[in-house]
Amino acid sequence: MENRLRLLRAERNWSQQALAERLEVSRQSVNAIETGKYDPSLPLAFRIAELFERPIEEIFVSPSTRSSKAI
Amino acid sequence: MVVRTPAWKRYNWRIIWLSLLYCAFLLPAVYGFKHHLIPGGLRYVAAVLPALPIVGLFIAMGRYLVEEQDEYVRMLRVREMLWAMGFTLSCATIWGFLDGFGLVGRADGYWIVILWYFGQAVGAIANRLTLGTSGG
Repeated sequence: MENRLRLLRAERNWSQQALAERLEVSRQSVNAIETGKYDPSLPLAFRIAELFERPIEEIFVSPSTRSSKAI
Repeated sequence: MVVRTPAWKRYNWRIIWLSLLYCAFLLPAVYGFKHHLIPGGLRYVAAVLPALPIVGLFIAMGRYLVEEQDEYVRMLRVREMLWAMGFTLSCATIWGFLDGFGLVGRADGYWIVILWYFGQAVGAIANRLTLGTSGG
């Protein structure tokens, strides 16, 4: 799933490891989410949203929104 | 290299203890059978005892999946186990047919466990190729 996690992390000058520690997940998890190789569960997506103080839809791009834009 | 989460560390400790227990049961059983020291029904007990720590390995895998808090790492491990299952069942089926047509000899059942672990390594390679990581 496309997302703005890397951008939000960069704004705060956090490394992947620093973000991973804040989320209590592995650095590999952060990397996989950022690169769109892994879609987080809803609880983890909420933790990410709460950490960045943004609504989930501002961080993760809905696949349906993306496909409708393409049309 | 594997992500060393707390659950993974506990899993490794369990594997070490179970391996030691396996040796503790297997070596006396081999010695006892070789020198005909084990009487009657106790032979069944002595033969089954080394298998129990191996059963414990599978229980340890289940416990690990339950205890792993990192959902991405857990997904990687589940994928490895699915590969291991498919690999092991495929090998057993193919060997079964070869055996059925008399082309190969009978294989000892405990090879299944060795195939399973080899299958996990295949799964780790598959993760590396498809996801770019095997969890390390």
